Amino acid sequence: MATTEEDEVITKMVVISDSLLPAEVAISAYKITSDVTIKETCYGLMVTGKRREVDRMVAGLRYEHPHKIFVKERGYPPGDSRRCRADRGGGPRPGFHQLKYELDILPDISKGLVLVDRGSKPVPRPRQKNIDVDRFRQIIDTVTGREGDAQQ
Amino acid sequence: MKIFIYPPNSLILSDLVERFGHQPLALMNEVRKRVTDPSLDSPPMNMTPDDPKRGLKWAAIEVPSGVRGRMALMDPLIEHAEAAIIVEDAEYMFGCLGCARTNELLKYTIRKKGIPVLELQYPLNEDDAKNFVLYIKEFLDKLKPATTPSKEAVQ
Repeated sequence: MATTEEDEVITKMVVISDSLLPAEVAISAYKITSDVTIKETCYGLMVTGKRREVDRMVAGLRYEHPHKIFVKERGYPPGDSRRCRADRGGGPRPGFHQLKYELDILPDISKGLVLVDRGSKPVPRPRQKNIDVDRFRQIIDTVTGREGDAQQ
Repeated sequence: MKIFIYPPNSLILSDLVERFGHQPLALMNEVRKRVTDPSLDSPPMNMTPDDPKRGLKWAAIEVPSGVRGRMALMDPLIEHAEAAIIVEDAEYMFGCLGCARTNELLKYTIRKKGIPVLELQYPLNEDDAKNFVLYIKEFLDKLKPATTPSKEAVQ
């Protein structure tokens, strides 16, 4: 029998951007539903279950911590040997560096979400211009000590 | 509405689109369909020799098969996109996500599709990040009203 979209098994990553602990979020998650499998990780949680249940849990967590958690779907199930570090002989798992890069900016994104709740509007900001070519040449000449050569 | 996001695996974009009541078209969903399929023909990503052929829909035969295969993977995302958010200059797009030429082709295809597109720069400081969120909120609000999770569903 074909499964509907609501019944398909998915995995979502719940990433914490603030001072919360993964254990605290896991307890909150289990209070919302116990029909999902939750794995605590260094960045938050990995939640596996039927889409209906996972989405309900995510909505509940967002209600509880509106600006502190960020969620995205994950392709591979938790512990999958194609991704899990335990089977890969160490080193960061594929995708970790991207997650780390985004983790660093999450506190600032959270501040943006607070502004959204306050009904703020975006303020257009001029883009920083590239350095002037003559100034750039001057810097190179200063560093390399070849001021006379650049003029020729 | 279904929103195409670029970078297609971005945590921030995926979260913001879902949070503001739309459906993100993320790459992870397509990867999941392939890697959890019972018939695993070509591990690890289950990209079979048929996929570069399907990629001919988006790129010519002389284009490398890697580009065509990636376009085949992202085909459902392009097909179902009703709007798009493209974020340029994400540092992690240089490296393990793969092919710069595929990314160029992907962005070109989305821009040519005639759907509303929001183009932003990846935020590098706090003020940019705040503006980034506000621009995305404004863009998504202007699109057709989407279903937002009701309070009953939340509680």
